[in-house]
Parts: sequence; C-alpha cells; structure tokens
Amino acid sequence: MTIVFVETDPAGEVTLTSAEAITFARKNPQLLPDGGAATSREVSGPPSGSTEGVVIGPLSDAAVDALGRLGVGVIHHLEHPDLAEYSAAAWAQAIVDVTPESGTLLASGTPRGMELMAHAAVRTGARMAANVIAADEEGLLRQVHGGTAFERLRLDGDLQVLTIAGHACTPEETTPITPEIIAYDLTVAEADLATRVQRTEVEAADDASGLTSARAVVGAGRGVGSEDGFAEVLELVDHLGGALGVSRVVTGLGWRPHTEQVGQTGSRISPDVYIACGISGAIQHMAGIEGAKTLVAINTDEESTMVQRADYAIIGDLHEVVGAVNEEIVRRRG
Amino acid sequence: MNILVCIKRVPDIAGSVTLDAAGTGIDESGLGHTMSSHEECAVELAIQTAAQAGGTVTVLTLGPAEAVEQLRAAVAVGADDGILVEAAGPSAFAPEDIAQVIGDVIRDRAAAGQTFDLVLTGDDAADTGDFQVGIRLAYDLEHPVLTNIQTISVGGADGGGGSGGERGSGRIEARGIGPAGTEIFSLDLPAVIAVHEGGVDPRYPSITGRMKAKKAQVVEYDAPDPGTGSPRIRLELPEVKASSVTILGEGPEAAPALVDVLEEIGVIRP
Repeated sequence: MTIVFVETDPAGEVTLTSAEAITFARKNPQLLPDGGAATSREVSGPPSGSTEGVVIGPLSDAAVDALGRLGVGVIHHLEHPDLAEYSAAAWAQAIVDVTPESGTLLASGTPRGMELMAHAAVRTGARMAANVIAADEEGLLRQVHGGTAFERLRLDGDLQVLTIAGHACTPEETTPITPEIIAYDLTVAEADLATRVQRTEVEAADDASGLTSARAVVGAGRGVGSEDGFAEVLELVDHLGGALGVSRVVTGLGWRPHTEQVGQTGSRISPDVYIACGISGAIQHMAGIEGAKTLVAINTDEESTMVQRADYAIIGDLHEVVGAVNEEIVRRRG
Repeated sequence: MNILVCIKRVPDIAGSVTLDAAGTGIDESGLGHTMSSHEECAVELAIQTAAQAGGTVTVLTLGPAEAVEQLRAAVAVGADDGILVEAAGPSAFAPEDIAQVIGDVIRDRAAAGQTFDLVLTGDDAADTGDFQVGIRLAYDLEHPVLTNIQTISVGGADGGGGSGGERGSGRIEARGIGPAGTEIFSLDLPAVIAVHEGGVDPRYPSITGRMKAKKAQVVEYDAPDPGTGSPRIRLELPEVKASSVTILGEGPEAAPALVDVLEEIGVIRP
C-alpha cells in the first residue's frame, strides 16, 4: 500500500502540496512493489492497495472530506500531547509506527516532508528518494541539479520512502469515498522530544505563505538596481493583490529578506501568473517557478533564459515598463 | 566549542548542462566548482558560533582530490583546518554511504584527540538534492538533529562553551523557518544541525585569509568502497522546448498589452 503523510494548515485544511502528493500516489500504483495487490493488514472498507493518509494533530471534518475526495481510503490519525509541538524525531516515529513493512511511504517535498521522510527512512532501514516527479516500471525519476537534470533510479527493499517535488502533479479529485479513520494509542519516547519546537515566533517577515499561495507573483532581480528600487514593483504587487518574489542575488545583496526568495533554496511557487522583472533566469530561480501557469518576462535582454522560457515578454527597462503598467491599471480603473 | 562543517564540491551551473559519455553524470569539464549555498551559510554560522563560544572550525568534504579547493576556500573565510576524504567517484556513494564514511572519520578523529561538539551540514546538496546526509549522520553518531536551521546562538547551563564532545557539555538555541513562523529549538550538545540558506551572509575571504588557506593543515583519508552504492541508473535531461514566447512589445508602449493579458487571467484587483 501507499501511505502519504498529510500536512494541514492552521485552518485544518489539507495543503495544496499534500493534495499533489496524494494525487501522485493514487495515479502511480506501479510505485507499489506488490503492484497494489496486497496489504499487510486487514482493511474493511476501501479496496486493497488504496492510498492511505497519516494526519498528526487535530483532524478537521474539512480535511476528512477533502481526503475522501482525493481518494484516501484510510486515515491514520495520530494525536498525542507530546506531538502537539513539532518534533521531527517523535513525529517520524509515529508515522513509522503505522507504516507497514512493505509498500511506499511518501510526503510532499516541503521542509517538513523532507525531514520526516529522512527520519522515517533511517528508522525503517529504507532508502529514500527526494523530489520525485514520475514513476514507472523502470523506476523513479527525480529532480537533481536544481531541476536541470533528472535522475532515473530504483530503490531496492520492501519499503521505499519518497518525497514528491512540489507541483510535480496537479491535484485531482476522484469518486468521493468515506475514509476509514483509525486512531491509535501512542507512546512517545522522551529521547525523541529533544528536538521539539520550544516556541514559534510569528512575524510579518516570516510569513512566506502569501508567496506560495498567491495567484499573482511579481518577481524582481538584480535589474531593480538597489534596495530603494522596488517602488514600481511593489505597486504592481499591490494592484494584483499578489506577492513579491525575489532572486537569490537580491537577498544576497541584502535588498530583501530571504523569506521572499524564490528558487531552489527559496520558495517554490505555482501562481496563475509570474511576472519576472529584471530576472535573467538562472536555473536555481527557474526551479522555483516551474509551477507558474503563465510566465511573463520584462527584461532588456531578448535572448535571456527568462524571455525565451516566457509565455509573454516585454523588452525594456523594468522601471519604465512596470511604471507604465501601473499607470495603465489605474487608468482603466477610472 | 569545536565545530565540524561538512561541505560538498558541486558544479557551478548557471545554464543548461550536458551529460557525460556514460550518461550517469553531467559533463563537468567546462564547469567551475563551488560549495552548495546552504553549506556556505553553514561555514559562516560555524565561524560566528566558534567566535562566540571560543573554539575551532574544521571543514570536511568527501570528494575528488580537487575538492581541497573548497576546503581551502572555507579556511580563507575563517575555518581553522580541513579533512579531505578522497573519493575519485563520489557519485557512486549513496547518502547512507556518505553518512557512514563521515561518521567513521569523526570517530577516528576523536581517537586521535580531535572531537567535535557540533556538526553542521547543509540542508541539501545543490547537485543531488538528497536531504538525508545530515539526518543519517546524526543517527550514526547517536546525536539529536535539526534541519532547516538558519541561526544558532550559544546558551545553556554552562554557557554552552563546552568542548571535548562529552554529552551535556553545552546547549545551543537554533532558529529556523517553519510553516507558521520562526521556530526556536533548544538542544544539548553534541548535536548535528543541517543549515538552510538565508540566516547569515557568507563573508568574503580577506587577503590574509587566502594566505592562511594556502598553508592550512588538511588531514587526508581515502574513502572506502561505498557499501550501499548509489541507486542511480542514469541521468536524463529535460526535453528542450522551442521558445513560444509572444513578445508584447518594447518599452512602456507595451504596457496596455500586458494589462490585457493580466485582465484575461483575472488577477487585477478591482
């Protein structure tokens, strides 16, 4: 069987990236070493070999409903006072406790998903493949070198542990089912709580969720020119009700915080439109915007990677062009 | 506090790549090399932490002989010495192999009198993106491990300045970005911490740093044969798509055309 670690947001909703991972699991039964023909225990409701989910912490009705629509037949619900605060070791052991000895354990390639799957792989003696984008009879395909190349690999062993690269597949609902919910009496080892979160500080600058969930993201690179050169770009962000995303060069120069960085070591985004202003298109940045549905480039260099990869482009100075776009939006509003 | 930073020599890729003749690696002949960006920050964090607590920073890499360049680059910005575990074909090593080799070297150095209170790695290597070595190493050393950490400060029962590697010799506070905000952890040493880029700015080497790097001590080991071996079958390149860009125009005159596109997508706020 395939078990998916499901992340939920503060409102109790299943996150977009977890919905992607569940869809990936449901649509790739060849991931299962046994072809989905057998499970290691009796499951009364859903068909043998179905996708199952693991939720740690509160389980909302909305999440149960969403998981049912995504085709999750069984929800392993893990709740314990010692798991209320995140601890990778304790959470991973709880996941391992409900993972069968054979099959596939996977999560989305978020920081949480990566960390938990790595712990789980060690604790089960399994191998792990990160950032998987496809699976077939030959094995797995995953992103390497920031998405510039793919690695074809095969994980040996009865249990394989994976993370699914963000936006590797689009969430798809299926015929709704009512998931069976299994609750557990858990035992949490004291040693596994050594890495428990002591406290969480929430500041506006830490809120990257606006970037990863925005329908429109305006990207800014070195072409902005200086720390004070973001006025037009930020005005466009405001007109779109979107978010600002910057290149690594911009954060490296200290012009904007790292929380706004888009790319291989920043956020990976999937907006309806990404407007790249003065960004040439280094592969590390392109890895973060693969999920954008429409790509717009504003750049002086017609031959730049960003322009060549874009759906639409304007050739010109970003300050002049973005300023004119802002004026046009204001003009049309009347 | 003695700190070990595990770094990796990776090709410095700015554009597209080609594969080698075997199809199992990328052709690095025309590429420069660097260390992963997360590890640049790990080196900087180690230097700052050692300066705060008093102690040393040692850098380690498993890679070809040329990887000594990355060790010396770390010394040039403030690390004290290096350990090169030479492996002609590092891509043959699985993450579990690399963790095992590093763990064995750490134990060997301890036997030689060089112990580490804190081991830093990057969260993730820029080339393989495995996200496992730090965690697997921690389990091998039986140390606690944190990932996605951006800053570290020394603090605890004895001020955190302990050395010698014995358990309970110090405590650190580590901060990283979680899904709901900045997460703060407090951890007894010894420990392993995987660093995520963004909390500190790597410094540039000084002239004296470069001079020091040339003379820095580098202890060398030969890597054993990888016990597990890489699960890689081959590398593949993405399909090259012909550009289908629609040029809306040049300069400010093209602005209305872009606003038309944005209106069609429906992202302009009313």
